[in-house]
Amino acid sequence: MKAIFGSLVIGLMLALPLSAHAGNVTVKGSDTMVILGQRWAEEFMKKTPATKVQVTGGGSGVGLAALQNGTTEIAMSSREIKDAEKQKLRARYNTTGVEIPVAKDGVTFYVNESNPVTALTVEQLKGVYVGDITNWKQLGGPDAPIIIYSRENSSGTYVFVKDHVLDGDDYAASAQTLPGTAAVVNAVAKEKNSIGYGGSAYAKNIKELKIKKGNEDIAPSAENIKTGKYPLSRDLYFYLRNKPSGDAKTFIDFALSPEGQAVVTKVGYFPVK
Amino acid sequence: MDRQAIMEQGLTQPLVAPLLSPAARRRQLREKVIAGFITLMAFTGIAALILIIIFVAKEALALFTEPEARHEASLSKMFLAQDVAPGRPPFRWQPVSKIPKVSMIPLFVGTLKTTAVSMLVAVPLGVFGALFAAEFAPRRLRELLKPVIELLAGIPSVVLGFFALMVMSTVVKEALGFDRPLNAMLAGLGLALAIVPVIFTVSEDALTSVPRSYREASLALGATPWETAWKVVLPAAAPGILAACVLGFGRAIGETMIVLMASGNADVISWSLGDSARSLSATIAAEMGEVVVGSPHYSLLFFIGVQLFIFTFVLNLIASTWTRRVVRKLTGGAT
Amino acid sequence: MKHGTRRAVGLALTSLTGLAAFIIIAMLGIILFNVVENGAGGVTWTFLSKPPEDGMMGGGIFPAIFGTAALTLLMTVAVMPVGVLTAVYLHEYAPPNSLFARFVRVAVVNLAGVPSIVFGLFGLGFFILFVGQGMDRALGHEEMYWAQPGILWASLTLAVLTLPVVIVSTEEALRAVPMDHRTASLALGATQSQTLGRVVLPGALPGILTGAVLAISRGAGEVAPILFTGAAYFLPDLPTHLNSQFMHLGYHTYVMATQSPDVEATRPLLYSTVLVLLLLTFALNLVAVIIRTRTRRKAAGSH
Repeated sequence: MKAIFGSLVIGLMLALPLSAHAGNVTVKGSDTMVILGQRWAEEFMKKTPATKVQVTGGGSGVGLAALQNGTTEIAMSSREIKDAEKQKLRARYNTTGVEIPVAKDGVTFYVNESNPVTALTVEQLKGVYVGDITNWKQLGGPDAPIIIYSRENSSGTYVFVKDHVLDGDDYAASAQTLPGTAAVVNAVAKEKNSIGYGGSAYAKNIKELKIKKGNEDIAPSAENIKTGKYPLSRDLYFYLRNKPSGDAKTFIDFALSPEGQAVVTKVGYFPVK
Repeated sequence: MDRQAIMEQGLTQPLVAPLLSPAARRRQLREKVIAGFITLMAFTGIAALILIIIFVAKEALALFTEPEARHEASLSKMFLAQDVAPGRPPFRWQPVSKIPKVSMIPLFVGTLKTTAVSMLVAVPLGVFGALFAAEFAPRRLRELLKPVIELLAGIPSVVLGFFALMVMSTVVKEALGFDRPLNAMLAGLGLALAIVPVIFTVSEDALTSVPRSYREASLALGATPWETAWKVVLPAAAPGILAACVLGFGRAIGETMIVLMASGNADVISWSLGDSARSLSATIAAEMGEVVVGSPHYSLLFFIGVQLFIFTFVLNLIASTWTRRVVRKLTGGAT
Repeated sequence: MKHGTRRAVGLALTSLTGLAAFIIIAMLGIILFNVVENGAGGVTWTFLSKPPEDGMMGGGIFPAIFGTAALTLLMTVAVMPVGVLTAVYLHEYAPPNSLFARFVRVAVVNLAGVPSIVFGLFGLGFFILFVGQGMDRALGHEEMYWAQPGILWASLTLAVLTLPVVIVSTEEALRAVPMDHRTASLALGATQSQTLGRVVLPGALPGILTGAVLAISRGAGEVAPILFTGAAYFLPDLPTHLNSQFMHLGYHTYVMATQSPDVEATRPLLYSTVLVLLLLTFALNLVAVIIRTRTRRKAAGSH
């Protein structure tokens, strides 16, 4: 009895690997883009149920690492690929990768709805996030310590803010790292003296800061991001090792089609064109 | 006399093995094969431990062999103060950066903070609770406590982390007036929930193995039940209780999910419990997905794994030596 | 000290211990109450049988339940033979002062103390990168087929993690089988392996089952070892191949609690998922307890 059961199980285990794989696209990476990726996958699979699209998050770094490790076909990234990563790709796969912008986004800094501060300059934001400015009263707000929320270093948004706001400097040690933009939004919504950052699509129950540039307060609105007037506008990318082909190409074509770009707007980002 | 002579005679002659039938010989062979196979299976326990040591250390080895890794993450960078830029703290963990900062010190501090809080909460609860169960509780209550502890032990750590994050964070923040909802205190409390069952169970075992004669003698000499419990039973079970604490400590150091969800994960060096902390295990869990296999960051995370392994190994060694001492004291040495 | 003071101090200290016990019970009660209160409403048949929809804000968690079940099944198949036979060696075959047996015991105790995240690293470094890459090379796969996270490697990693649980429970079960049974069998002419197979193991079966159930309960709840050996958050398919990724109740809880796009909207789903996970682990633990008490009662009764 036990022997029959045992051999059945072993037989099953040996038979499975020999069975073929159906059409499958793996998409991995940016947490900023993961809801977008999932929505695309849902809509795409409704149209072509034979092809399965698998979307996982983890951060842009995770996606690009997976691209280099070979465990994903498409990497979602909210930042540009780094030189070191391009070199590793070339060393292993003899390619520097293919970059496809699929949507536009504006990195927004959020504060709690009760916070009187409405706009800050990029320098002030830098000061806060490297730890030089520690109290809201230094920014024209109430006398309270600034609670900083940040992302883990696997996040493309983390890297983007580091490069474009912090000028390469390090985040303050006291910055609490949260694993996703949604967690940041949630934390800022609950904590009245906090500040956080993330993609504009997530902003709910919190106040988005305008960026003060010269005399103007530029809001992260659709217009300003599309035209690039908002200083922290960025492209969201798909990265592949080689030019897309097969199922991956069909999926990407869908994402860039008017239907796909409508999904982008629905999720809260901005179309790439 | 005669019999002895015959026996001695028999012993001086070489003994001839009895002849076996082929069937018996086959049976003996089969027995030997089965015994050999089972012995081989037993080897897997040792093999697993050795393989863990080898393969975790192997991936960390690149830190010491590859030049790029050695430059980026040398031992001095990990443990000594770094002078990165004027006005910037000397110990930072920011491995993803133009100049990677890989100091282990904030991680050690973070791990110690959360573990210390958890021990300060769990040891009194666990040991006193065990004392109650072993000495003072009526039988009905004792029968209730055992399944309660087992249920608590059965809760997956991700659920405890979830509970700390969703429910306890606001309560702790309001009650203790902290600035941040996710901090070392919260992570420590969550960890305490995880290690109380360990400390309770092992302490209770130690207390109940104290021979009844100890208690009876103490009571006969006029001590009250509580005096007996505190001054006779507890000291007798002390090595076992200490071992329980060491086991709990080891569990707390290695625990990942609770700290990952509740500590805020900031690489701060501060002694305030209201500040966030970043522990060794949570760092591995949070950053492992991002690394490229073979990069210095990757080897660094495996190196943290090696350190965690060594810490828990040493703690387990201490715990087992202490338990052996209890057993010896209570059975061999007791007169 | 006056007797009155002694009694007062005694009462005070005893109540302190009672308070400690009370706090422990209260904490468990609070956790359970909170989860049931917020999650019970959502645990419907649809929830248990449908896949997630609407960006994880609707639908159900069937793939996570399936993934957890498949994972633990594979893990059990891997760990039971090895664990039981190791315990059999330690209890039935090992010579009394065997150094090898001592080493095995030391190894098992230490294995039990290894942090779960280190198991995850082991799964990555050994199973995926070493065994997986070796298999790919041997089978001639150009693309990574075995050398990536998948349900096989995750279950083997968990098998190593739960090995001590199985070994300890089985040894306890073997110890409970009276020596007379063995000696009687041997006296009747059975060999050691025959005694093992027809007398000892059947007698120890309840304890062995307890070990299996405890291992399953542990395996279903651990998240750290599967973080980078195969768990995923949104998969369109159920895991059908040994190298598929899989959804998992515990991993799902973690991601939903920390990274969900709309925390308020996913809150009910999150609580319901936690409730299902808790019910699963508790049910398994309950089964183990029942088996254990039944065996103890039978053993006490037969003597």
